[in-house]
Amino acid sequence: MDFNLTSEQELLRNSVREFAEGEIAPKVEELDRREEFSYDLTKKMGEMGFFGITVDPKYGGQGMDHLSYIILVEELARIDGSQAATVAAENSLGIGPIYKFGNEKQKKKYLPDLCSGKKLWGFGLTEPEAGSDAAATKTTAEFKNGKWVINGSKIFITNGATEITAGATVQAATGKRSDGRKELSCILVEAGVKGFTKRAMKNKMVWRSSNTAELYFDNVEVPEDHILGNRDEGFHQMLDTLDSGRLSIAAMGLGGAQGAFELGMKYAKERKQFGKPISTYQANAFKLADCATEIEAARILLYKACWLKDQDKPYSKEAAMAKLYCSEVMYRVVNHAVQLHGGYGLMQEYKIERFYRDQKLLEIGEGTSEIQRIVISRAIGCYDV
Amino acid sequence: MKIGVLLKQVPDTETKIKIRADGKGVEEGEIKWVINPYDEYAVEEALRLKEKAGGEVVIVSAGPARATEAIRQALAMGADRGIRIDTTGIEQDPYTTAVMLAGAAKNESFEIIFAGKQAVDDDCAQVLIGVAEKLGWPHVTPVEKFALSGKTATLQRPVAGGTKEMIEADLPVVVGCEKGLNEPRYASLPGIMKAKSKPVAELKASELLGTERARINVTKYSLPPERRAGKIIPGEPEAAAAELVRLLREEAKVI
Ligand SMILES: Cc1cc2nc3c(=O)[nH]c(=O)nc-3n(C[C@H](O)[C@H](O)[C@H](O)COP(=O)(O)OP(=O)(O)OC[C@H]3O[C@@H](n4cnc5c(N)ncnc54)[C@H](O)[C@@H]3O)c2cc1C
Repeated sequence: MDFNLTSEQELLRNSVREFAEGEIAPKVEELDRREEFSYDLTKKMGEMGFFGITVDPKYGGQGMDHLSYIILVEELARIDGSQAATVAAENSLGIGPIYKFGNEKQKKKYLPDLCSGKKLWGFGLTEPEAGSDAAATKTTAEFKNGKWVINGSKIFITNGATEITAGATVQAATGKRSDGRKELSCILVEAGVKGFTKRAMKNKMVWRSSNTAELYFDNVEVPEDHILGNRDEGFHQMLDTLDSGRLSIAAMGLGGAQGAFELGMKYAKERKQFGKPISTYQANAFKLADCATEIEAARILLYKACWLKDQDKPYSKEAAMAKLYCSEVMYRVVNHAVQLHGGYGLMQEYKIERFYRDQKLLEIGEGTSEIQRIVISRAIGCYDV
Repeated sequence: MKIGVLLKQVPDTETKIKIRADGKGVEEGEIKWVINPYDEYAVEEALRLKEKAGGEVVIVSAGPARATEAIRQALAMGADRGIRIDTTGIEQDPYTTAVMLAGAAKNESFEIIFAGKQAVDDDCAQVLIGVAEKLGWPHVTPVEKFALSGKTATLQRPVAGGTKEMIEADLPVVVGCEKGLNEPRYASLPGIMKAKSKPVAELKASELLGTERARINVTKYSLPPERRAGKIIPGEPEAAAAELVRLLREEAKVI
């Protein structure tokens, strides 16, 4: 077993860490307070090559492996969940499906701008009435006079309503299958087409400087060749996209846990009560020991899942496990870290309360913890009796 | 223009240094190694010069195999190729290091060399001066502003009391880089991928050293004594001042 990272992965971790500490950290609090998406940071992250990491350089990507991508997200989340969200959603949900399922023409058209970070792209799956039950899609696309006519709406779409959002991949019911179930397909809808409106969702508790949007489709017409892959492949495309997306949410849990742990550790060593640093009281030292242990275990589980993906082996179960475990590890770690901070942990001035808020999304987005347990329990055969 | 950069890999400044049991060195096991921070300014200045004047940036480092990581990082920032002088088994001191680096630089016929003003591990600040001496070049250090026009460099160095000294030097010259000279760039992801295929040549220390030997013999390393906690003197200014004088006289025995 070789636990060494490659020299490129080590370099990448160092460089992203320096970038996150030097460029993102000084701005996070202000952006969080103002609930503001940062075009400046997005541009800088684009210049650093944070978008299209696993995409072939011929489309403007970086041609790196999946573990590199995960290390990148982990290092961003160690400093800021929101910037990590912009990058993770863009790579896994925006760029991912176009790269994996798009035809040559679509890839050439969209990927270069997306991989440079000049433009963003959303992944529109969730609807007001189709959350965990993602196949309950109400949005329809009817094929009329050689065009798709889309009606319906999407909610909670990351990167969906920025000024540089170029469009979204939209899952819609395109008819009925012979078995009577809905035929689901994904369609690429460009920003600016008539009848397509987007609205940023405000007053979020989490990821306040990440853009989350509602999308509305009112008789939106798009050309026939804007379908992603083929008709009726939408559900499969969505499941595949979520498998790899889960790795990036797991990376946010891992990185967030690491960041929260470091804040808790630093504070506990500095804060003195009863004449001694509070880290030297066993009640607190054991908490920190548990945190360090769980973070290490989470990292190994997640990296193993990435390794499977990079080896082209099945990784769906491990991705669900990593997503579930890493997000719950962050829950426990950040909870301890706030406790170690005492009253100061509840104040905005001490960064830890932001980690406490941002953590909650990780147990909900891209499949709730309950849904991950459904995926895992199915994979281990609980219901095959 | 052929630009050389001297680069040293050093322990991260946040590393907790532990002395080896035999007292002859530090324990390397848990050290996180980084590019000497002042050398990052040197790499950046070299890259900027190349962007203006064209040419090639070559990183030269004398160190063990792990030093290649530091060279790779500079390549990922944009340098073109690297040279590592393998120092395994060599007694290295500022003198031998300067001899080796100057030897490698001579083979490359650089027109200018940038280096950090000093390395933050042993803080000797001798190597770049030694290299200049061995090459028969002038050196200027520490430099906080650099400009080149034709074959003449204009350099600014700080002098005590906030005064600035402006120096003109004809190439070739060795430049010792100071904080504030520039803002070093981050290695981008495309940069990291490109660095993969950039060459790092390896030279043997013994061939560059010939009969030269280290001039410093380290007998023992020890950690500085721990600083004692400071004392805060409470009370009104007048009484506090009197107490301070008493303590300086009777306890600290400095007045
Ligand atoms: C900030 C943010 C960003 C997001 N980004 C995107 C995006 O880019 N694209 C996108 O398509 N979506 C996105 N989402 C949506 C997200 O994926 C959904 O919120 C999530 O899938 C849950 O759906 P829901 O909110 O409708 O909850 P529901 O599905 O209504 O779930 C409510 C509760 O019921 C539980 N539950 C549901 N079904 C079951 C069951 N069968 N068994 C047991 N328990 C069950 C759930 O676990 C949960 O606890 C985002 C959400 C947020 C908050």
